[in-house]
Amino acid sequence: MSKEALYGKTLSELKVCVTELGLPAFTSKQIADWLYKKHATSIEDMTNLSKKARLQLSENYEVGLTPPQSFQESVDGTKKYLFQTHSQQFIEAAYLPEENRNTLCISSQVGCKMGCLFCMTARQGFQKNLSSNEILNQIASLPERDTLTNVVYMGMGEPMDNIENVLKSLEIITADWGYSWSPRRINVSTIGVVPAMRRFIEESEAHLAISLHSPFNEERKQLMPIENVYTAEKVIEALRDYDFGRQRRISFEYIMFKGVNDSPQHVKGLLQLLNGIKCRINLIHFHPIPDSPLKGSDYKTMEMFRDKLSQKGITTTIRKSRGEDIYAACGLLSTKKLVQKDTEQDY
Amino acid sequence: MNQHKRKELQAVKVISNQLLATNVHHIKLEKPFSFQAGQVVALTMHPTDEPRLYSIASGTSQAYLGILFDVKPDGELTPPLSKVKPGDTLYISAPFGKFLCKEQPATWIATGTGIAPFISLVESGLANNIALLHGARTIDKFYFQDELQDKLGENYLRFCTTESGPQIMEGRLTNYLENATNLPTNNKYYLCGGSQMVIDVREILIAKGVPYDNIIAEIYF
Ligand SMILES: Cc1cc2nc3c(=O)[nH]c(=O)nc-3n(C[C@H](O)[C@H](O)[C@H](O)COP(=O)(O)OP(=O)(O)OC[C@H]3O[C@@H](n4cnc5c(N)ncnc54)[C@H](O)[C@@H]3O)c2cc1C
Ligand code: SF4
Repeated sequence: MSKEALYGKTLSELKVCVTELGLPAFTSKQIADWLYKKHATSIEDMTNLSKKARLQLSENYEVGLTPPQSFQESVDGTKKYLFQTHSQQFIEAAYLPEENRNTLCISSQVGCKMGCLFCMTARQGFQKNLSSNEILNQIASLPERDTLTNVVYMGMGEPMDNIENVLKSLEIITADWGYSWSPRRINVSTIGVVPAMRRFIEESEAHLAISLHSPFNEERKQLMPIENVYTAEKVIEALRDYDFGRQRRISFEYIMFKGVNDSPQHVKGLLQLLNGIKCRINLIHFHPIPDSPLKGSDYKTMEMFRDKLSQKGITTTIRKSRGEDIYAACGLLSTKKLVQKDTEQDY
Repeated sequence: MNQHKRKELQAVKVISNQLLATNVHHIKLEKPFSFQAGQVVALTMHPTDEPRLYSIASGTSQAYLGILFDVKPDGELTPPLSKVKPGDTLYISAPFGKFLCKEQPATWIATGTGIAPFISLVESGLANNIALLHGARTIDKFYFQDELQDKLGENYLRFCTTESGPQIMEGRLTNYLENATNLPTNNKYYLCGGSQMVIDVREILIAKGVPYDNIIAEIYF
């Protein structure tokens, strides 16, 4: 039986741990410091804790960081890391170095339940929610950790379907006793699971990126089953309940599918839907996944689409595609080959 | 539990709680609103808990709201929900959702409790030109099979993976679809149930030449 991980615990959770061991309460702050600021990899390294305290802690806990198993590097410098979870499952994280920023795209679940038609992760089904330890391990155990400027929760999984652990990880990244990053360095994506999205908006300060992909109900239903439950219209309605201030950003992700969602009517539909919401739109080139009935729009169409939206006052950009050759690009992360099939199916 | 802004909930009384199969219940609730067949409600036992979503599993003209659910042993809501008695109070949202399955001819495909919205559609008299395919592990898990058989006749197909019985197709629903030689590609396909079923069935249908825009799915995530 492996020991419980300390990494990924919030300060209040660490307090509970030390209190249970009969250690002084301030020890929790010292541990947080060792974990999240000094990046200690073993309890033995926490030298300002008494020897007895370290011994007691080690009997019950470990730091709990796991280095990546392997990585692949793209011609454009993108690196895709494979991490193993404590349950012997696999997730991927993509490191995207750029001239003036280095972004890590992390996973929040092993697989995903949401079944979006265009997504590789969807095809592997859902295996489990990552713990806050497993979410943060992607950052903490990254060889390039100290060069990171940004983290985006846009890897495998729907962050709002694991809201508890996602919020915990965000608390650790942004708290004074944690990494003490500005929440403006973090962007969390969602397809619009409204109740959890509301919690995220209320309990975190990080940026929010909503995967839209169509302004029209019937069409979005064909691409994203969630539209049957929480329509884009309801998602936008929910956003209107909040004041995001000047610093916090809402953006809409829009993957462009040839002949599907790239027409002038779609520009109109988007303008109508987003009316009055302060936001930006990121247009994303679709990387066809094997056997997909969808194709990507060509760049000329994307540029026209961008220009029309920009003319109407919505800041619109085309996201540069990264790491396509190693399947690290948006929507391509999958560890399906490493998934063991459930034999207890009822169909 | 944190109190974020959420749908308003209203108190309703439980009318009955019936055990349909091992760990599967059908509860009838007072019906405080009208709804469209195929819609869902958010439901909880305590107004401060995070509600869960359930398809309404009863016809639009019934005097009650039916909820069909299976108990997740480690779940937060379903173990206590399975113990409710007539007269107990539950809290539900107004109905919402767009899985209305309006286009026909259509093939409706469900596994497990994913049959719920289709029960509502059938009971509401909206199943005119459809075939309903239901997959389950044991025969007792074909909920409301007598009623469905009655209303749909040979357009109601049951696929059982572990048992055999009269009018039951043995084996997996997915095998049936994979081997089918005459799947109507112009039909609408409405899928409801767990995520893995939706993903597997959608992949088969697309490989069989059904255009993706004819496939609409509700996932019980
Ligand atoms: C649109 C929609 C319609 C639905 N309609 C129906 C319906 O008609 N009938 C029906 O039966 N269900 C339906 N569901 C599913 C339903 O909403 C609930 O998810 C389900 O009933 C379980 O609720 P619960 O509170 O008992 O379990 P939960 O507490 O939500 O747990 C769900 C599962 O996750 C596991 N789990 C819980 N916490 C953790 C954790 N921390 N780590 C790992 N695993 C954990 C539990 O063991 C359990 O198996 C629907 C879902 C959606 C989205
Ligand atoms: S796009 Fe996101 S939410 Fe949709 S299936 Fe893929 S990982 Fe899940």
